Amino acid sequence: MASADEPVVNIQQLQKVFRVGFWGRRVTAVDGLSLDVQRGEVFGFLGPNGAGKTTTIKMLMGLIYPSGGTATLLGRPVADPSAKAKVGFLPESPYFYDYLTSQEFLRFYGHLFGLLGSALDKRIDELLDLVGMTHARDLQLRKFSKGMLQRVGIAQALINNPDLVILDEPMSGLDPIGRKEVRDLILRLKETGKTVMFSSHILHDAELLCDRVAMIMKGRLVACGQVSELINHGTTQEVEMVVDRLSPKGIEEVRPLATKMVLHGERVMAVLASQRQVDEALDVLRAHKAKLVSLIPHKASLEDLFIREAKGVQQATEVHA
Amino acid sequence: MKVLSIAVNTFRENLRDKLLYNLLIFALLMIGSSLIFMRLTLGEFHRLILDIGLGSINFFGVLIAIFVGIGLVSKEIEKKTIYTIVSKPVARFQFLLGKYMGLSLTLLINTAIMAAGLLAVLHCQDVPVHAVLFKALGTIVLEFMIITAVALLFSTFSSATLSAIFTLAIYVIGHLTPDLKAFGQKMEGLGRTVLEGMYYILPNLERFNLKGHVTHQLDVPVGDLLMIAAYGMAYTAFLLMLASVIFQRRDFR
Ligand SMILES: Nc1ncnc2c1ncn2[C@@H]1O[C@H](COP(=O)(O)OP(=O)(O)OP(=O)(O)O)[C@@H](O)[C@H]1O
Ligand SMILES: [Mg+2]
Repeated sequence: MASADEPVVNIQQLQKVFRVGFWGRRVTAVDGLSLDVQRGEVFGFLGPNGAGKTTTIKMLMGLIYPSGGTATLLGRPVADPSAKAKVGFLPESPYFYDYLTSQEFLRFYGHLFGLLGSALDKRIDELLDLVGMTHARDLQLRKFSKGMLQRVGIAQALINNPDLVILDEPMSGLDPIGRKEVRDLILRLKETGKTVMFSSHILHDAELLCDRVAMIMKGRLVACGQVSELINHGTTQEVEMVVDRLSPKGIEEVRPLATKMVLHGERVMAVLASQRQVDEALDVLRAHKAKLVSLIPHKASLEDLFIREAKGVQQATEVHA
Repeated sequence: MKVLSIAVNTFRENLRDKLLYNLLIFALLMIGSSLIFMRLTLGEFHRLILDIGLGSINFFGVLIAIFVGIGLVSKEIEKKTIYTIVSKPVARFQFLLGKYMGLSLTLLINTAIMAAGLLAVLHCQDVPVHAVLFKALGTIVLEFMIITAVALLFSTFSSATLSAIFTLAIYVIGHLTPDLKAFGQKMEGLGRTVLEGMYYILPNLERFNLKGHVTHQLDVPVGDLLMIAAYGMAYTAFLLMLASVIFQRRDFR
C-alpha cells in the first residue's frame, strides 16, 4: 500500500519505441515522459490523436513493455501483476467476450480478482445499477450498442472496488446524456476518495472534471498542472464589447483600442485585449452617449492552450527539419 | 482460482462455438459410416469398425485441437480481449495455463462423446470390446494434449492462420518421425544431422498410435503405457513452458 503523500501513479522518463514495417523502422510513441498523479485527484491525460496517450496507458497496465524509464502504480512497479490488485482499467475501445452476458462478464472479471459468491453477486448488481445496465443483465454482449459496451466496460473497471481507476477515452462513443453520466460517475468516484486518471481529447470534459491535467504531444509532456493555471498562463483576458448607436466619430475613437472591430448597421462589435482598453472604450461610449449592449469576457479554454501548444510543437519540428 | 476461471471461461467460449459442433457431428457420422461395409467377412468387418472409429476420433480430435486451439490466444490478441485480462492481477502464464486447461476439458468431453458413439456402434454389431481399446483412447487423448500445446505455442507469437499451418505440419511430421530417423541413417553429413535433430526435437506422435494393437487385439502392458504417458506429459510441459516464456516477453499492440 502506498503512503498518503506518495504519488498513486509515478512515471519517470518513460519511453516506447515501436518497430514498424518490414525494415523495422523506429517510431517513438512515448519520448521521455515523466509525471505524477496524486492520491484523490481527477487527472486528465490530454493530447491530439497519436500523441501517445494509449501507448503510455498500455505501459502502465503491463500490456506492452517500456523501451526505457520506469513507472509505478500505487507504489509498485508496473511489471508486478499484484500492482493491479487495486487498479481498475477501461481500454480504449471496448473489446470484450461477446458470447457472455453482462452478468457472466462481470462475474468472470470478479473471479480474476479473487472475488467470490454472494459478495460478488451483490457487487455486480450494484455496478449494473450504477452504469444503468440492469435491464441488460442477461443479454449477450454481442447484442450491445457501442454505448452499452462502454458502460459495462466501466462497470468491469470498478468490479474490484479499485483505489485507482485508469480510463482510456471513457466518453468516446457516448451520446451527450451518456457523457454527462460518465462525468457524474467520475465525480462520484472522486467523492469516495478514489483517484481517476483518464485520457481524452474532449477538452470540455477535462475542463469540467479535472483537478490537474497533463498535455502530451508527439510523446512528450508539453504542459502539466491545474486547469486554471494552465489556461491563464500567458494569455490575456480578452473582452468582447457590443455597442448600439455609436457615432462615426466615436467609432474612430474606439478603433485604435480594439484588436478587432466589426460594424453591422447600427451595431458595433469590438474585441478589447486588456482592462485598460476596456476602460478607455467605456469612456468613449459615455462621451458619445452610445448604448452598451453587452460586455463579455472571452474565457480562455483548454482548447486555446491545446491549439497554441500544437502550433508550438509544429513550429519546433519545422525548425528542426 | 484465477487459472480455473479462465479455464471455465474458455470452456464456455468453446461450447458457444459452432465449429465444435460441426466437427463433432462429422466425427459421429464417420464412426457410423463404417456400417456400410457390412458385407465384408466378420473378422474384417470388426477390424474396419475399430479402425475407422479410432481413426475418426483421432482425426477430428486433432482438428478440434488445431482449429479451436489456434484461436485460443491469437484471437484474444487480435480481438484485444486480452487487454482486460492482462490488466488484472493475473500473471501471463496463468492466462496461458487457463486457456490450455479450458480447451483440454473441451477435448476430453468431445473424446468421451465420440468414444461413446464408437462403443454404441460396436455394441450394435456385437463386436467384442477389449481393455486395449480404452488404453488406445487414453493415448489418443495424450496426443491431443500435445497438439493443443503445439497450437498454443504457435499462437503466442504468430497469426491464427500461420499457427494452423505450423501445427498441422508438426502433426504430420510427428507421425513420420520414425521414417525421419530411418531416412536420416541412409544419408551423410548435414542432412543426417538435421533429420536426426528433428527426430529428437519433434514429438514422436506414432508412440500414441495403438490402433494396430486394438484391431489385432494385442494388449499393451501397463509399463509401456506409463512410459507413453510420461513422455506425453513431459513433452506437453516443455511446450507450455516454452509458450509461457515467449508469451511473457511479447507486447500486446
Ligand atoms: N502497435 C503499434 N505499432 C506501431 N506504432 C504504434 C503502435 N501503436 C501506436 N503506435 C504509434 O504511436 C503513436 C502514439 O499512438 P497512441 O495510440 O498512443 O496515441 P493516442 O494518444 O492514444 O491517440 P488517440 O487519441 O488517437 O487514441 C502514434 O504515432 C502511433 O502511430
Ligand atoms: Mg488512444
